[in-house]
Amino acid sequence: MDIPNINKNRIAEILEKGKRLDGRKLLDYRDIDIETNISINAEGTARVRIGKTEVIAGVKMDVQEPYTDHPDEGTLITGMEFSPICGSRYESGPPKIDAIEVARVVDRGIRESKFIDFKKLCIKEGEKVWSVLIDIYAINDDGNVLDASALASVAALRVARMPEYDEKTEKVKFGEFTKDSIPLTENIPFTMTFHKIKGNLFADPNRDEEDTSEGRVTLAITKPKKEYIINAMQKGDVALISIDELEQIVKESEKLYDKIFPEIDKKIEKLTKK
Amino acid sequence: MAYTKRLDGRKFDELRPIKAEIGIIPNADGSAMFAFGETVAIAAVYGPKPLHPQHMQDPEKGIIRCNYNMLPFSVTERAKPGPSRRSKEISMITENALSGVVDLKRFPGTVIDIEIMILQANASTRCAGINAAAMALAHAGVVMREMVSSVSIGKIDDKIATDITKDEEDYEEGEGATDIPFTITSNSEAITHLQLDGKIQTERLREAYDAALKASKKILDYQTRALKGEKIDENK
Repeated sequence: MDIPNINKNRIAEILEKGKRLDGRKLLDYRDIDIETNISINAEGTARVRIGKTEVIAGVKMDVQEPYTDHPDEGTLITGMEFSPICGSRYESGPPKIDAIEVARVVDRGIRESKFIDFKKLCIKEGEKVWSVLIDIYAINDDGNVLDASALASVAALRVARMPEYDEKTEKVKFGEFTKDSIPLTENIPFTMTFHKIKGNLFADPNRDEEDTSEGRVTLAITKPKKEYIINAMQKGDVALISIDELEQIVKESEKLYDKIFPEIDKKIEKLTKK
Repeated sequence: MAYTKRLDGRKFDELRPIKAEIGIIPNADGSAMFAFGETVAIAAVYGPKPLHPQHMQDPEKGIIRCNYNMLPFSVTERAKPGPSRRSKEISMITENALSGVVDLKRFPGTVIDIEIMILQANASTRCAGINAAAMALAHAGVVMREMVSSVSIGKIDDKIATDITKDEEDYEEGEGATDIPFTITSNSEAITHLQLDGKIQTERLREAYDAALKASKKILDYQTRALKGEKIDENK
């Protein structure tokens, strides 16, 4: 699906002047709203709205055999769907490459940051480990579903409770919860995507801007101490990115992290105490 | 022990606390949320729009295409994502429940797509989905001859109960549990969808219909109020 060239040209022209059609500055995000515990049968759920974009993520847990190369670690599986509910451009059917990419980038940010303490999810080495299953659904796509998906996943993990596990039958008691949360670390990944149109970088595109975008770079950043760490990165679309542009993106991502993340972090922290 | 008192303390003809709201998905032509207590459904309508592939088009009338989707985390044990035999059947009965009241002759060659998602499940998900879908159709301005309202009537042991929960569905004592979801039109009081699982004496079916009709009137009132812009949340 595509928008008319005349709209694309208008978006590109106004970006060139350092402005956007909705009045934002190039690196401004729209308002971010987070709600948790939107579905009681799940271990954890979150709804994230960025402007008119809405995404929900749910965490379920199960017990399974570990992978042979990590016999003492739990596992993570992340799935994502652009269901036709979220916009007229989407059709039903198994997740297509756009959704697969979102799931994989979100998964890598969580996995590589070591946000989940997988060793603590081991029940019996080589035999039984906890598996964390994250399912992400776009409810309304007005651009930047990727950043919203990453944030919703992190929020859902943070509010999640472990289910009861019956040691005798070695089975999960679905629907019964403990008071324990999923073992998480302080390395909370925050995911930001930068887009480029004719050499102009900007963040948090709405749908029309995303359709106009020529290239993008997504970064999942953690700041365990004073240093910023990139845990996952993905360049998308076809436009070339120079090393100078990449350095600029990294610098802007550090600034954006400090500007946006602490407040979001506080918000989610509050929600975990509910 | 006879089933003299409902497990959640409701009266036998009482609905769970209702939530209803329209306009929840800005991209859609029409959208709505409907909840029976802990069962929460959202629905979006896209269309009428040209139907592809073209050979499926009907030059006389439009068609309704529905997709019911129960989210993996909406139930206690994770449901596998994607379509299942169950979800395909529910999609079909939802299409049938709604097609009868939509004036499809007005939209020849087109399709109206209805997407339903179950965000949280505690029985009656198909009924919540149909209620949300009917509201979303009305919100989209699709011409309907009348509204439809859906409710699950149960026979728990020997008692007829309105809007049954998962715990009631699983009731095993006495005559056990029978689940009878109905969808009833607002004016002609006709049935556009009916299913039954369990066992019920033939002479008691009328009783179940009467309970469904009574409940459908109440549901219609919530749907109408929500369509006028009210955000209904009886949990608050």
